[in-house]
Amino acid sequence: MSNATSADHGSSHAGHHTHGGHYQGGVLRWLTTTNHKDIGTMYLTFALIMFFVGGAMILAVRAELFQPGLQLMQPEFFNQLIGVHALVMIFAALMPAATGFANWQIPLMIGAPDMALPRINNWGFWLLPPAALLLTLPFFLALFGIGDGAVATGWTLYAPLSVQGGIGVDFAIFAIHILGVSSILGSINIIVTIFNLRAPGMTMMKLPLFAWGWLITAFLLIATIPVLAGAVTMLLTDRHFGTHFFNAAGGGDPILFQHLFWFFGHPEVYILLLPVWGLMPHVVSTFSRKPIYGYKAQVYSFIAIGLLSVVVWAHHFFTAGMPVPALLYFMYSTMSISLPLAVLFFCWIATMWRGSMTFETPMLFALGFIVLFGIAGLTGLVLADVAADAQYHHSYFVVAHFHYALFAGGIMGVMTGVYYWLPKWTGHMFSEKLGKLHFWLTVLSFNLTFMPQFFLGLAGMPRRIPDYALQFAEFNAISTVGAFILGFSQLIFAYNIWRCVRGGEKASDKVWEGTQGLEWELASPPPHHSWEVQPVIK
Amino acid sequence: MPHRSCLRAVFSAALPSTAFLAALLPAPAHADFSWNFPTPVTPIGRDTLHMHNEFMLIITALFVVVFAIMIYSMIKHRKSVGHQPAKFSGPTGTVQWLWALVPFAILLFIDFVLMGIPATHAVIDMEDTRTKADLVLKVTGMQWKWQYEYPDSGIKYTSTLSTPREQIANRETKGDNYLLEVDNPVVLPVGKKVRILLTSTDVIHTWWVPQFGVKRDAIPGFLRETWVRIEEPGIYRGQCAELCGKDHGFMPVVVHAVPEPEYLAWVDEKKTELAAAAAGSDKTWSREELLAKGKDVYGKQCAVCHQPDGQGLPPAFPPLAGSKIVDSPLLSPDGKLLKDSHVDRVLNGKEGTAMQAFKNTLSDNELAAVITFERNSFGNARGDQIQPAQIKALR
Repeated sequence: MSNATSADHGSSHAGHHTHGGHYQGGVLRWLTTTNHKDIGTMYLTFALIMFFVGGAMILAVRAELFQPGLQLMQPEFFNQLIGVHALVMIFAALMPAATGFANWQIPLMIGAPDMALPRINNWGFWLLPPAALLLTLPFFLALFGIGDGAVATGWTLYAPLSVQGGIGVDFAIFAIHILGVSSILGSINIIVTIFNLRAPGMTMMKLPLFAWGWLITAFLLIATIPVLAGAVTMLLTDRHFGTHFFNAAGGGDPILFQHLFWFFGHPEVYILLLPVWGLMPHVVSTFSRKPIYGYKAQVYSFIAIGLLSVVVWAHHFFTAGMPVPALLYFMYSTMSISLPLAVLFFCWIATMWRGSMTFETPMLFALGFIVLFGIAGLTGLVLADVAADAQYHHSYFVVAHFHYALFAGGIMGVMTGVYYWLPKWTGHMFSEKLGKLHFWLTVLSFNLTFMPQFFLGLAGMPRRIPDYALQFAEFNAISTVGAFILGFSQLIFAYNIWRCVRGGEKASDKVWEGTQGLEWELASPPPHHSWEVQPVIK
Repeated sequence: MPHRSCLRAVFSAALPSTAFLAALLPAPAHADFSWNFPTPVTPIGRDTLHMHNEFMLIITALFVVVFAIMIYSMIKHRKSVGHQPAKFSGPTGTVQWLWALVPFAILLFIDFVLMGIPATHAVIDMEDTRTKADLVLKVTGMQWKWQYEYPDSGIKYTSTLSTPREQIANRETKGDNYLLEVDNPVVLPVGKKVRILLTSTDVIHTWWVPQFGVKRDAIPGFLRETWVRIEEPGIYRGQCAELCGKDHGFMPVVVHAVPEPEYLAWVDEKKTELAAAAAGSDKTWSREELLAKGKDVYGKQCAVCHQPDGQGLPPAFPPLAGSKIVDSPLLSPDGKLLKDSHVDRVLNGKEGTAMQAFKNTLSDNELAAVITFERNSFGNARGDQIQPAQIKALR
């Protein structure tokens, strides 16, 4: 008589350590779990660790850029650090963090006991640590004389420089393939879950906006990751198997790589942002104690942005020399993304308008996000102008723009979500004082780091250079100081999370006063199988 | 006598607007805290600056208006001042629909009319490289220098960073034009439309001179175009703007714009100079002459990768000291090129690596000298030498 497969996991046990013997403990638990909450936790933990790894790399870069001259490293190593920094932040920090949110929240929000494909869910996560290892291993191999370091072409891997590069490029290509598979597995899971496991009465137009954001994201991933995979495979064969996709001497074209890469690359930035745009309305609504404004408008905006994002890619290489009709088309289509984006801003502000606001840490981050991401969006509009782009392209103006979009937008959005949902996940409140300190230090040092970079770009400083002319010295020094404060401030975040996980003031089911939605009807933390009795939506 | 309050109103509006306008003015090229593009000296550059200023004004206005509304809300609609939350979740009634749709329409107008139309004109103008071009400059990007060619005048030369490595390594004080100075700048006549053709011999580079408002990629195997008409004489500096390998940050662009008579004089001078450098490729050079010139060429062209001591930076940049390729016969017995020999490597480069074909950028004298130098330095003692005439015969 088996007691190993107990059928009574319908009744929730006090903790989730053992469940009538069918649940592993220790390391094996984490390796084999198919529970969406455990997997979400692993994604988020991995993301936090890689955030610090990527951050350490760029602090080394900023240290080199503190003054003119080469003080700390040779240009070859500098080029490796900047490229791997980007790959780590995008693929190993932001995307896993957003996926961690999806895993934790989507079943809770739609009334499902778990994701639709739990084992795929487990594999989707466990592909990530090997991929991260592949990406960073070449750094260490070079110390032993094997190869000459990690990929040094920037995260954009442009041919022919990437055809020339050492084994670091090959490692990066394989890492990207594995990361891509992980994203596709996760996306399939999310789409299937959202389409099939919604509680009765939850029509698509009652689906929480966070789930809508991820739904569009998942479709974008499935549409574009294969194109990236194709591009890097063509790069691999150009490098090793005698093809010449990107070599004019063989009838190919280096610009083909740029088209393929950015066909993925532009939707990728919306892949990074849509989950955050999905969670913002929930946070603003909660802390304004007011319903979400313009639910339908936001859904249609997500869809519009998703569709537009796949037809604007060439604005990343306006200077490569395209025909005038192409330049004009991509300029106008890029500008048109500002319209649905403006709808989102309007709805966020209309949600708080005439509400009854309080400013706990999640709300502070949400408000900071709206303002700073606004700067990103507005400077994006300016970048869309082909003629002026001749000055901005591949200068620090672009670096500042995308850090406002991806740090103030993506990362601060993730921090909003973490502070918002951490009490639900752990059952404890975090330290509000530390949260506020983290917020203010982050916002002030972030602006100190990146606002000067807009002006560096205008003054004529190119990107991806380890040393610079003397007129750029002052702003670079300020930027470096800001970067170090920014980097070290994130330790407060990590500490706050760690403390909260281990204990703290008990969190209620509702956690925050103004919360709405299914997930706030469950206990904090939720039971092992989340919705053990399916809710019904009226 | 104007009313005092009118004066005050005008003054209080004038002062911030002046400050604002001052911030919009382009900064002198070497300012320490510059807030805008350096002074443009071409029609495109001026167009770009005007559009940039106009767009920055528009987005600043948008930012201020939208976030003033948000900050107002954050102050007025707070629980701590007792504001009760409303319950609306969308526009109700005509007025609210107008509030929602009018900003949308304004943004549409800003995007496609206010910004779009000037931008379209500027793009069409920028891409018109052929109408009434007065001369052609061909720019070739290479790792890590530029090569300039004036097809009409028959001049071709390379332009390499001339900032000493001691300054980069912080062993000497940095000069004023640190990292923005070259040995052979471009010289162009003022007031003439120059059609610029670009290509590359290896990877993608980008030619950028901020004061010209011009940036165009140099793509291997393809020709791209742009144009400038420089309106003011002066020295204009820019940099490569596409990551192209380790010395991407060390291949600047320097253009001297001079009145046309000076330009024509320079063309003649340069032709003579280049002819003199190529001359002597028929005479027999002594061993000392070859080694001396070879050392000079090595320092400027080869040491960047293969290092001053010939140790290289393996595996990307192999050492020349004890190299099997260096330690092999110069030519075949009948004076022809041997595949993968030392001479082959220097003249033709190695496909798929950063080793470029130096026959395109160095003269017969320089090639013969540097090959001889390498074979007799760094512990290599082949003892042989090669004459410029032999190199010439291989072309």
